[in-house]
Amino acid sequence: MSASAVHGLWTDLAAPADGSIAKIPAPTIEYAQLSPVMIVIGAAVLGILVEAFVPRRARYHAQLFVSAVALAAGFAAVVALAVGGHATTRAGIAAEGAIAVDGPALFLQGVILLVGLVALFTFAERRLDPAAHGNRVDSFAAQAASVPGSDSEKAAVKAGFTTTEVFPLLLFAVGGMMVFPAANDLLTLFIALEVFSLPLYLLCALARRKRLLSQEAAVKYFLLGAFASAFTLFGIALLYGYAGSVSYGRIAQVVEGTVGEVSPALAGTMGNDVLLLLGAALVTMGLLFKVGAVPFHMWTPDVYQGAPTPVTGFMASATKVAAFGALLRLLYVVLPGLRWDWRPVMWGVAAVTMVIGAIVAITQTDIKRLLAYSSIAHAGFILAGVIAAKPEGISSVLFYLAAYSFVTVGAFAVVTLVRDAGGEATHLSKWAGLGRRSPLVAAVFAVFLLAFAGIPLTSGFAGKFAVFKAAAEGGAAPLVVVGVLSSAVAAFFYIRVIVLMFFSEPKPDGPTVAVASPLTTVAIAVGAAVTVVLGVAPQYFLDLASQAGTFVR
Amino acid sequence: MIALLIAAPLLGAAVLLCGGRRLDRAGHWIGTALAALSFVLGAVLFAGLLGRGAEDRTLVQHLYSWIPVEGFQADVAFRLDQLSITFVLLITGVGSLIHVYSIGYMEHDERRRRFFGYLNLFLAAMLILVLADNYLLLYLGWEGVGLASYLLIGFWQHKPSAATAAKKAFLVNRVGDMGLSIAIMLMFTTFGTFAFTPVLDGVGKTGEGTLTAIALMLLLAACGKSAQVPLQSWLGDAMEGPTPVSALIHAATMVTAGVYLIVRSGAIFNAAPDAQLVVTIVGAVTLLFGAIVGCAKDDIKKALAGSTMSQIGYMVLAAGLGPIGYAFAIMHLVTHGFFKAGLFLGAGSVMHGMNDEVDMRKYGGLRTYMPVTFVTFGLGYLAIIGFPGLSGFFSKDLIIEAAFAKGGTQGWILGGVALLGAGITAFYMTRVMLMTFFGEERWRNLPAASPDQPDVEPAADHGGGVPHPHESPKVMTVPMIVLAFGSVFAGAFFGIGERFVHWLEPVTSFAHGHPPVAAWVVTVATVTVMVLGVGLAWAQYGRRPVPAVAPRGSLLTRAARRDLYQDDFNHVVLVRGGEHLTRSLVYVDHTLVDGVVNGTAAGVGGLSARMRRLQNGFARSYAVSMFGGTALLVAATLLMRAV
Repeated sequence: MSASAVHGLWTDLAAPADGSIAKIPAPTIEYAQLSPVMIVIGAAVLGILVEAFVPRRARYHAQLFVSAVALAAGFAAVVALAVGGHATTRAGIAAEGAIAVDGPALFLQGVILLVGLVALFTFAERRLDPAAHGNRVDSFAAQAASVPGSDSEKAAVKAGFTTTEVFPLLLFAVGGMMVFPAANDLLTLFIALEVFSLPLYLLCALARRKRLLSQEAAVKYFLLGAFASAFTLFGIALLYGYAGSVSYGRIAQVVEGTVGEVSPALAGTMGNDVLLLLGAALVTMGLLFKVGAVPFHMWTPDVYQGAPTPVTGFMASATKVAAFGALLRLLYVVLPGLRWDWRPVMWGVAAVTMVIGAIVAITQTDIKRLLAYSSIAHAGFILAGVIAAKPEGISSVLFYLAAYSFVTVGAFAVVTLVRDAGGEATHLSKWAGLGRRSPLVAAVFAVFLLAFAGIPLTSGFAGKFAVFKAAAEGGAAPLVVVGVLSSAVAAFFYIRVIVLMFFSEPKPDGPTVAVASPLTTVAIAVGAAVTVVLGVAPQYFLDLASQAGTFVR
Repeated sequence: MIALLIAAPLLGAAVLLCGGRRLDRAGHWIGTALAALSFVLGAVLFAGLLGRGAEDRTLVQHLYSWIPVEGFQADVAFRLDQLSITFVLLITGVGSLIHVYSIGYMEHDERRRRFFGYLNLFLAAMLILVLADNYLLLYLGWEGVGLASYLLIGFWQHKPSAATAAKKAFLVNRVGDMGLSIAIMLMFTTFGTFAFTPVLDGVGKTGEGTLTAIALMLLLAACGKSAQVPLQSWLGDAMEGPTPVSALIHAATMVTAGVYLIVRSGAIFNAAPDAQLVVTIVGAVTLLFGAIVGCAKDDIKKALAGSTMSQIGYMVLAAGLGPIGYAFAIMHLVTHGFFKAGLFLGAGSVMHGMNDEVDMRKYGGLRTYMPVTFVTFGLGYLAIIGFPGLSGFFSKDLIIEAAFAKGGTQGWILGGVALLGAGITAFYMTRVMLMTFFGEERWRNLPAASPDQPDVEPAADHGGGVPHPHESPKVMTVPMIVLAFGSVFAGAFFGIGERFVHWLEPVTSFAHGHPPVAAWVVTVATVTVMVLGVGLAWAQYGRRPVPAVAPRGSLLTRAARRDLYQDDFNHVVLVRGGEHLTRSLVYVDHTLVDGVVNGTAAGVGGLSARMRRLQNGFARSYAVSMFGGTALLVAATLLMRAV
């Protein structure tokens, strides 16, 4: 066969005899509407090139610059889209149905970008650890591949290596998280899940100190995460089997029975509710794993404790935002027709999550573990808002996520400051009397704790009030009672830390508060400022959240 | 604009209190400048109001809703009307002058920056109090001034007496604050809102019983803040604070907040005559009480404190008279703000020149050493006793007339008490004047180190026990001179042609009272009583030398020196009784409540410890838990469908 004939196989010659040419249609991609995600992912790719081509000496600054600009530009793009009406009137579905560009998506993307920017500052902090052999170092391992305690590790430390790969990893995670709540079909959802999970697994393993603990945390996170992903994927398969599509809108139509023409294959599966219920439960389970709801919470304390603290702060805040966004979309867009099935189950999960998170936190002695259990309890509170199954539920959850994520990232940033000879002093007994020694840092941390506890004039109160109100109006009053009681239990351990800091005698060999660079200072200041502003004048942001609170379908 | 007025001192407080040592050198200037800025803004707003029609002078600025819940609207909104602008000008005007004065007075205090921060905080809180458009925001200001007052009374916290006085003021005020919070809660349950307009307009549709309850609770609040009987005991001790504080907070502005509250809530009181009667009784009792206490005190500031109490008694009395008295109450409040602040600043100036000595028996003949202080203090003195033509004459005379005009036996009693009070006022103020500025120079013959003032640090240039009285620096005398002008002319400016009354009329409403005797008779009687009081004081303290050590005195004198046994009464009845009550409550608490609470806590803790063991660190156990959880989730979902 001649070359031209071969060529003809996939050109005109392959055309049917009647002359009509079946071309594969080029997908239409709304680049402008996807620009926030594309900026961040593009910068992440650029970051890898920086790793490859920029000399080691200049990498840190280059990476920091690229990341900061990307996150800021991404946020600007989100704002531009929101101002352009894509959050409200012009909300729509982009990229051939793969990604929704609507209010909740843009709101959460904005939050994730800002939290990511704040977290970036804590990632880039280089003044806390004493300089190793004259080189300023951050919280991350000198060389991730070297075995802890080995000679190669010592050599890497001595050479002053730093793992600047954390910056592109952070950007990939942020990119994945941005897609996660915007995903409009199950496959995009799954890919986004993996895109942000894999960098997080890696980041968890990169602690400079206590490396074995860090690696253990990463392995656990990875194993359990993979386990959860498998369930999720299985659920996706079952849902596809049920509806014959992975698209959210299509599945929702099938669930509600409003689909136009029913193919014979679809007619066979449509009546099979077991497929639907199993699939829905499994996908939901995967998302509950990411938000850290009981009984899928077991990884949280270990991972939060072992991961480098800046990573913990980022993970605890941004992951929760992304995962709750995806959960909201799943329950409100895909499965509203099924709400009589999922609501009772979620009631149980929310109640158990609040109670167990709050109770187990009481006996914790490590500040990072304490905050981990606190985050579990908060997941329960947010779930209460999710259950409301009405517009106020969406907006209250959006507000809560924004408020909570800044408190969290700020609180973990403070944890990085309190140090002794062994690095961060995370054992609670060492925090005794901190208020005497460093009143400002202790006071800021106290603000964060009060916000966690939901004391008025902090964002925590406004958020909790909003979700409980939505839940009560949505008919979940008993759940609100459980929530308030758990809050009371939770207040105990937050206030105990405050009492410990301010009313105990400082220990003679206690930790000191390291003098941070402006990076961490800015991170903490932003966290505290958002906490106070959202507490004192929440109305504007509540309005913003309720404007953004409509999903496109 | 209104918000800016409050923001200026608030910013000052924030900057000064958070700014740290860096601001030590400039702090007092920042504080003073922001106070002055606030005054200028107030003046501009005032000019704006003047440009409007009388009925059109109420501006409401809605800043934001703090927590809007269905049926519970907590707004941050400010109301500017004739009543509040009057207070704004008084607060910021006198406040700015006292800021200036404090620059000199606190010059050697190393915590001066902090002092100015507190003063600014006070200004901001006081402005919130008088500008609030609802009772909830008013409560915020109310508590704010309480805080500032507490901080400033105890400013010299190294002195145990100051710390105790601050605590006492705080505790007594708490009783009053309780009244305010109960009143606000009652309002909310009755009217469903906190905002002034709907509450005050809704009075007509409400039962008198409820209104009386609200009014009495408001009165309790006013008693606490304005040091009225029975909650007056804190004011005398509050003089432990620096003198500018006594002048600003405990004479000119904060202590008059109670009067503001009553006048602002006038509609409620008008509809509750029983409560109004109680208000007048409280005012009348306090005005005598304070005056008697003022007669016996040898401490110049405590004598003035008694006088403050008494003068506020006049205002409360007037406020209790209803529409015939509201405007007079506020008018006396303003003139009193001028002359009492001036008197306190004068007292501070005297103390400044006398090694911080406060005992008037150790003064004497100071007029030649401090001419400016003497003249300004003297003008304030003439104003307060009601010397014809000066401020106090106009405002006090109007109140006495209004008291008579109440009518019936009540009118005669109230008017008589007010008249008697005017005489006693003349007596004790003349006593202060004579003991301080006239007579022999008793301070020359003092023992080298006065043993009852161990904590006075002898200044280096004084070098010993004998003080060297001297005039205060310009920065202190100028505010005194300005206030003296106010003491002299304010009354005539306000009083002639009922200018002030007409100004306030749209807010407070006004009715002419009709005294049973002609007005000029009352005036003549007032002046006569005043002259009698001055004469008596002259006979006792002017003609005869004043002993440098207080004589034992009569039974009444001794009682008055001890504040008419108020503290003893409080101690026996409230403190002892309270101790017994708490002891029995503690017993119940320990056995019953703690049992339950600790039991719960122990239960939760035990549960926590047990559940914690599930977190064993093995990934396999976690995976099992997840698998079990998923199975449960799926089973539950399917079960839901089956049910």
